[in-house]
Amino acid sequence: MTWTSDELMTVNAARALAGARTCFVGIGLPSAAANLARRTTEPGLVLIYESGTLGSKPSRLPLSIGDGELADTADAVVSVPEIFNYWLQAGRIDVGFLGAAQVDRFANVNTTVVDRGPGRPEGRLPGAGGAPEIAASCGKVLLVLRHSTRNLVRRLDFVTTVGHGDGPGSRARLGLPGAGPVAVITDLGIMRPDPETAELTLTDVHPGTTPEQAVAATGWPLAVAPGLRVTEPPTETELTALRRLAQGAPDA
Amino acid sequence: MAEIRSLRDAVAGLVHSGDTVAMEGFTHLIPFAAAHEMIRQRVSDLTLVRMTPDVIYDQLIGMGAARKLVFSWGGNPGVGSLHRFRDAVENGWPRPLELDEHSHAGMANRYVAGASRLPFAVLRGYRGSDLPSRSGTISTVVCPFTGEELAAVAAINPDVTVIHAQRADRDGNVQLWGLVGVQKEAALAASRVLVTVEEIVDDLTPAPGAVVLPSWTVDAVAVAPNGAHPSYAAGYTVRDNGFYQSWDAVSRDRDAFLRWMDENVLEGAR
Repeated sequence: MTWTSDELMTVNAARALAGARTCFVGIGLPSAAANLARRTTEPGLVLIYESGTLGSKPSRLPLSIGDGELADTADAVVSVPEIFNYWLQAGRIDVGFLGAAQVDRFANVNTTVVDRGPGRPEGRLPGAGGAPEIAASCGKVLLVLRHSTRNLVRRLDFVTTVGHGDGPGSRARLGLPGAGPVAVITDLGIMRPDPETAELTLTDVHPGTTPEQAVAATGWPLAVAPGLRVTEPPTETELTALRRLAQGAPDA
Repeated sequence: MAEIRSLRDAVAGLVHSGDTVAMEGFTHLIPFAAAHEMIRQRVSDLTLVRMTPDVIYDQLIGMGAARKLVFSWGGNPGVGSLHRFRDAVENGWPRPLELDEHSHAGMANRYVAGASRLPFAVLRGYRGSDLPSRSGTISTVVCPFTGEELAAVAAINPDVTVIHAQRADRDGNVQLWGLVGVQKEAALAASRVLVTVEEIVDDLTPAPGAVVLPSWTVDAVAVAPNGAHPSYAAGYTVRDNGFYQSWDAVSRDRDAFLRWMDENVLEGAR
C-alpha cells in the first residue's frame, strides 16, 4: 500500500497513545489520531472531550468537539466547569493530545497571535481554548502538527501554553504538575525532549524522509539524536481504519 | 417568574445596547435565533461574552453589534478561522473590537464565581502563559492554608444571559440536556435571563443528565423551533456540519457576508 505524509503523521500519533488509559482530546489532528488508536492499538482508550464527555465512542470522526455523537456514546456527560475542575485539574487524565500553530524548541505552544512584521497588525489565531491547563495537568502531553519552519519556530510570538518553558526544571519552578510534552509527532518524523536539555531532538523519521529534510523544515538548529530510528511503515490495518475514519464511515 | 413571550418582545425587553451579554452553549444549544433577532433590532455597543465565539458571534461582530469580546477560543470548530472576528481584530472592520482573552478553564471558573456571587474564582491555571499580560481579569492569590500561589480570575456577571434549551413548561421552568456546557452558571451569573426553547410542554418529564432552571431564575421564555441552527438541540435536531463548512466561504468576503446576512437574517424583519 502507499500512503501520504499526513497519514504517516496520524498513524504515528495514534501509536504514541500505546499504554494510555485516558486521553483529553483536542479537535482536528489529535481527534483523528485518538480515534484511530481506539480502533487499532488501544480499543479501551477513554476519550475525553472538553465539551464535557467522558468515554466517547464515536462511530464516525466528529467535526467539532461538541458533535452529538460524542455525548450520545459517552459513559458520562458533565458540565464544562466540571470537566476542567474535577477531571482535568484534579490530575485524573493520563495524556493530553493537542494540535498547535507554532511550537518552539522547548515544546511551548502559541495559538494566540502571530507577529506579521512592522506596520502590519498581529495575525489572529483562535486562542487558548483548553490547552494551557490540559498541558499543565495531564500526566503527559503529545503534540501533533505539520513540520515546517513556519510552525516550528526559533522564538514564539506569544506563549499560550507552556511545554518545557525555558528548559530543564522550568515546569517544576512554574508549579506545573504533569510531565509536559513527551513527543511532537509531525509528517516528517518524531521529536522528543532531550533528557538533559529538554530541547526537542529528532529521534525518528518516517519512511522515505531524511533527517536533513526534517532539519531544513525546522526553525531552530534541530539536533538529531544518536541512534535515529525510522518509524515502522503504516500497516494495512492502520491505513484501512484511518481511511474509513477520514471518509466518515462507521467502524468496520 | 418567567414570562412566556414572543422572541421579538423578549429581546426588546431584556437586551439593550451597551449591555454585557453572554450567549452560551458549548457547540450544542447555541442561541442563534435570539442572536438574529438582536441583529434585526440593531442592538449595538455590546460586550459579548462566550467561551467559544463560534459562527454566532462571527455574525454579531461582522454586523458591528459588539465593541468588546470576552472569550477563550475563537474558531469555526473543525473548519478553521472565524473571518469576521479576525477582520474586526486585525483591521477594525466594521469597527474595532477590544478583547479580554482567557483559557477555557479560566472562563468556566469566571462563570462559576459569577453564579456564586463571589468576586473571583481560584484555579491552577495560566502558569507560565503570556495570557495574563494581556488581560485585566487574571491575577494570582496565595492560598492561606498551604501558601500555594494560584490563579485568580474575576467573576463574570452579565447584564443578560441568553441560552437555548430543549423545552419549558407553561410556568416557564426550563429543561436542557445533552452537552449542558456552562449554561447553568452563565444563567445564574446574570442579572436577566432569556431562554429560547424548541417547544413548550405541559409536563417536564425527566431526561437523563438534565439541568432544570426553575422559572423564578428566568425572566423570559420564547419559543424558537430549530432556534439553535446550525448548532443543534439533542433530541430535536442534529448539528448542521455542512453549514459550518460553508460559512468559511461566506464569511471570508465582507460583501458576501453582508449579502448573506441581508438575505437570511434581516429579510426576516420585513
